[in-house]
Amino acid sequence: MTRLPITKTPKVYVGGAFIRSESSRVFPLKDAAGNFFANIPQCTRKDLRNAVEAAAKAGPGWAKRSAYNRGQIIYRLGEMLEARAGEMAEAIMLGGASKAAAAREVAAASDRLIHYAGWTDKFEQVLGSVNPVASAHFNFTVTEPMGVVGVIAPEEAPLLALISLVAPVITGGNTVAALASTSQPYPAILLGEMLATSDLPGGVVNLLTGFHKELIPTFATHTHLRALTGVANAEERKTLKLGATESVKRTHLLKAEDKIDWFADSAQSVYEIRQALEFKTTWHPVGA
Amino acid sequence: MLVKSPHAAFARLFDEIGSVDQVGIEERVAKYTTRSIKKVSKLWGLKKAVSMVDLTTLEGKDTPGKVASLCQKALHPHDDPAVPQVAAVCVYPSMVRHARRALGGDSAVRIASVATAFPSGQAPLKTRLAEVKSAVADGADEIDMVINRGAFLAGEFAEVQDEICAVLAACGDAALKVILEVSELETFDNIRAASFIAMEVIREGDFIKTSTGKTSLNATLGNNQVMLEAIRDFYLDTGIAIGMKPAGGIRTAKQALQFLIAVKETLGDAWLTNERYRFGASALLNDLVRQIEKEKTGAYQAPYYFSEAAESY
Repeated sequence: MTRLPITKTPKVYVGGAFIRSESSRVFPLKDAAGNFFANIPQCTRKDLRNAVEAAAKAGPGWAKRSAYNRGQIIYRLGEMLEARAGEMAEAIMLGGASKAAAAREVAAASDRLIHYAGWTDKFEQVLGSVNPVASAHFNFTVTEPMGVVGVIAPEEAPLLALISLVAPVITGGNTVAALASTSQPYPAILLGEMLATSDLPGGVVNLLTGFHKELIPTFATHTHLRALTGVANAEERKTLKLGATESVKRTHLLKAEDKIDWFADSAQSVYEIRQALEFKTTWHPVGA
Repeated sequence: MLVKSPHAAFARLFDEIGSVDQVGIEERVAKYTTRSIKKVSKLWGLKKAVSMVDLTTLEGKDTPGKVASLCQKALHPHDDPAVPQVAAVCVYPSMVRHARRALGGDSAVRIASVATAFPSGQAPLKTRLAEVKSAVADGADEIDMVINRGAFLAGEFAEVQDEICAVLAACGDAALKVILEVSELETFDNIRAASFIAMEVIREGDFIKTSTGKTSLNATLGNNQVMLEAIRDFYLDTGIAIGMKPAGGIRTAKQALQFLIAVKETLGDAWLTNERYRFGASALLNDLVRQIEKEKTGAYQAPYYFSEAAESY
């Protein structure tokens, strides 16, 4: 008996649900051989607005979880990715990567999640401090998550770069509205399905697909985004920094022109976690 | 013993006022959410909605300080002078004198007070009337009363009307808003019936109001539509223009615009004024101001740049 083909409708993961763009717009994605693969949601500024609302709603609950529990959940995300590594590798191969290169990228992405899962209950010891002061005070500095952070993924390394940018932000207790690679969006769609099964509360990570050109101005000016991290070209960096100045947000932007080695050890660091943290210093009086 | 059946009373009333096509209403209001309101009209609608807000705080933990701060917000919703003042503040009777002190004697922002043993209405009539008189004496411009739902559902329409009349007399010059508490009326037919029962005895310029905001179901586009159509039919019959106030559950600017569309398309421009249409809400004002700012700057705004809803004063 011949079966009718059952094709998948790619949907983006926002607020713990799989949605189409509110605009209903899609753009066609082709595989490496140039054949039509699927229609990908072309998200709009309103989708970004909704993603930020979802992230803001999820924020307090995520930040309030114990660091240990956040680590467990991020580790679980690594497990989910590992379990579906073959499927994810095929998604990366759509962009033209060889089988070996795709497998290597998935393995590195899983390892990166495990790396940050370990940091959740340790970065405070490294980044926080007890400060010597010349008075009868116990003076200490602790970190706090900034809130909702915008993440802009580069075109290359569609899985590894996205995870390398998102993982440190959620490790610190922030929530994320992220924009996936325009040319290779499918790994982000698959990642959404893994996020949904990894105990990560809905809304902590919201992944959008679409055109960077359309969405970057909204990332820049949205006042509810407290920080922006990611990769952008010269023109995009200018837009982002101007908008960030207007809305007073922190930017941590890598240059798309530079060849970034996402596999390098330097691509994972406790200092990436620090990019989305605020420091609070407290003067506590003590008996002389 | 004579047992009176409410069914006969309702049947007689529906013969007179007609019943409601529930499916028709639901399809009609579903269309309101598809209207595309942009740019200039959106800004106009947002400002109009601000001018229609009855900024409300009805909590056991209300204090004079909280009411004073609510009044400041009613007078100056935003630092942009293009944003109008709200229509009224809505407080418990014990807070009316504090609101009056905060607003001053000649403020354009009116003071509404929920009297008559709000929200249940389950107090002796004498007590409820005394509450109304005391609120009016303290300076309330408008009284929000609840109807006797028990009597209504039992078919004792005359009793319901007699009580409204008694409250009306106690109001003096103060405008009256009659809360039907739609969540306890159960059907659209009953909402229409209660609307007519109230409208038959109140004055031009008085209001009918959906709900207290203290029960599970509050104002929806559906029950708003039933009441708007009742107002329209009553106006066409008698020439008396009654106002409308949906209350509770309207939290976003988008919802407010949808309610305004319902008003415009059902009753027309004559009702697009705070003399005939109000929003009973606390959190709504923040979102309206936030969206006005978004229209002005083009940038999506974080909610924490706007003063919090009344609950968190």
